[in-house]
Amino acid sequence: MLGLNRKDTILMLIVIALTLGAPVLLNPFPADSAMAQFNAGYPDLMQRFVIFGILAIGFNILFGLTGYLSFGHAAFLGVGSYAAVWMFKLLSMNVVPALVLSVVVAGLFSVLIGYVSLRRSGIYFSILTLAFAQMSYNMAYSVLTPITNGETGLQVYSNDPQYLLGNGPQVTHLFGLEMRAKAVVEMGGWTFDFSVGYYLAAIMMLAAFYLSLRIFRSPFGMMLRAVKSNQNRLNYTGINSRPYTLAAFVISGMYAGLAGGLLASMDPLAGAERMQWTASGEIVLMTILGGAGTLIGPVVGAVFIKYFENIFSKINEHVLHGWFGWLPDGVEDVVTWILARFVGEGWHLTLGLLFMLVVIFLPGGLVEGGQKLARLLRRSRPDGTTPSNTPAE
Amino acid sequence: MGILEIKGVNKRFGGLQALGNVNLSVEENTVHAIIGPNGAGKSTLLNCLVGKLIPDSGSVMFAGQSVLGRHPHEINQMGISRVFQTPEIFKDLSVFENVLIPCFAKRDGAFRMHAFETIEHERDIIEQAEAILADVNMLEKRDMIASSLSRGDKRRLEMAMCLVQEPRLLLLDEPTAGMARADTNNTIDLLKQIKAKRNITMAIIEHDMHVVFSLAERITVLAQGTPLVEDTPENIKGHPKVREAYLGEAQV
Repeated sequence: MLGLNRKDTILMLIVIALTLGAPVLLNPFPADSAMAQFNAGYPDLMQRFVIFGILAIGFNILFGLTGYLSFGHAAFLGVGSYAAVWMFKLLSMNVVPALVLSVVVAGLFSVLIGYVSLRRSGIYFSILTLAFAQMSYNMAYSVLTPITNGETGLQVYSNDPQYLLGNGPQVTHLFGLEMRAKAVVEMGGWTFDFSVGYYLAAIMMLAAFYLSLRIFRSPFGMMLRAVKSNQNRLNYTGINSRPYTLAAFVISGMYAGLAGGLLASMDPLAGAERMQWTASGEIVLMTILGGAGTLIGPVVGAVFIKYFENIFSKINEHVLHGWFGWLPDGVEDVVTWILARFVGEGWHLTLGLLFMLVVIFLPGGLVEGGQKLARLLRRSRPDGTTPSNTPAE
Repeated sequence: MGILEIKGVNKRFGGLQALGNVNLSVEENTVHAIIGPNGAGKSTLLNCLVGKLIPDSGSVMFAGQSVLGRHPHEINQMGISRVFQTPEIFKDLSVFENVLIPCFAKRDGAFRMHAFETIEHERDIIEQAEAILADVNMLEKRDMIASSLSRGDKRRLEMAMCLVQEPRLLLLDEPTAGMARADTNNTIDLLKQIKAKRNITMAIIEHDMHVVFSLAERITVLAQGTPLVEDTPENIKGHPKVREAYLGEAQV
């Protein structure tokens, strides 16, 4: 179907089902139960899942396939956001021109950075991209203030021209469909939010995923993997690796631009901190945690980290006291004190430990862990069906 | 006029004259061996042919065109393929993908943005790749990851990757270095088969005299960066200057 073989079609259908069903699937606990704080099915968080999913899918096309580790991808995210907000300021609150411009601007910007950075490989490439991103970040704060509005961040004001606004909505919308609009469905104790913003971002992510699937299976994708495997042999086989790596860099830059544009579409605001090196590092973390070079890994990583950041960080000492109130007083204090280091504000510690475990024991990321688990289950099944050797990605 | 004409090539590394006025002509459809003791400049000469090094002076003409100053991929597209001393293959890719890449390189040139095509639909390319794998008896290993192959198979795979491009000149840099006797003989047989099947010019750099005398039709002896003699294998065998060059090495 659509140029995919059977295995990839199944994968695509699974991803579609999970993405479209997320508002239900991520809310497994009734709204007023104690476990409700683990529900992730609210629009704001789900949007972040899919938007950072797009970012990681794009990053994976560069890092997963060619092995070039960019430490500056947040710059494209930031540039995309700025471009989108400018469209809101100048035209109207419709997200279509904003998304188009954010992709185009991020694409042009990545041609520039990629052209220079790709003259080097390995650690030097990483340092060059990092330097460019930090330069963009600092310039956004200082000399580029007329474009970026410096520390305040770029936002839409009532006296902005907005030439095409007319009588259109004052909030971001897609041809009249407001991003923040949502249908709330209550079923028994459960509450499900179906928001326009989430579904727009989700459809964008599905398109992004389909595109990356096609790239992975194309001769172009094979050349990118060859770059990672043995660039020397590739050059002696008559292939010029430079345009291939640049194309991969620009494609992943455009993915980041789209993600930036979507972030601004959900909340029309763009700040320079989006371009900081910690943001770039987070993209690398997501991709490696989920599984670099695998199709679905980056999305898994993005969801995982965003879930941690938003849910795990909410479990503070007070919540812990609630959980362990049944323990004897002295023991309870000790237990909550220890656990509090790992949750709430300490969620970074847990994530860091997890990341170390993954890198050491599962170099293929969480996806590899899933595959190993699936193989183990299949082997222990008594009916003796032969386990297949082709890993499901 | 040979297909490859090297005229007055000099290459200096600091104080070392690696190549001094090298003149060499490789005739079309011959196997031309370049031999010489360690440090004679064999590898430097080879690197000058494929674009890795640029000579200080002189000219290197391939089929009437200069190769100097061109990138390795451009020289390959002109029709020169190279087999390395230790097999250079795409170790993380499958055997089949390893031969697909040169097929694409031959058809599409140095770069093509074929991001929305599917490999499965490229029937011609797949047929070519399968044919060459059958030629080197590796068809049943097509789905193996290249890094898991034995050393002999890696060499055969690299050979297949070069041959599928139908190069006009195949450069071999010590193709049997570090191989056991049996593997060496297999490689000799493979090269003989290749030579019998296709009209191909080969320039081969080799230490192993057994390999050289089994394959070569012309031999150039290089010593201290300069060609000493060039002749047929029969004449080279008993040549006093050659003995001197090799004995000289033995005394060091």
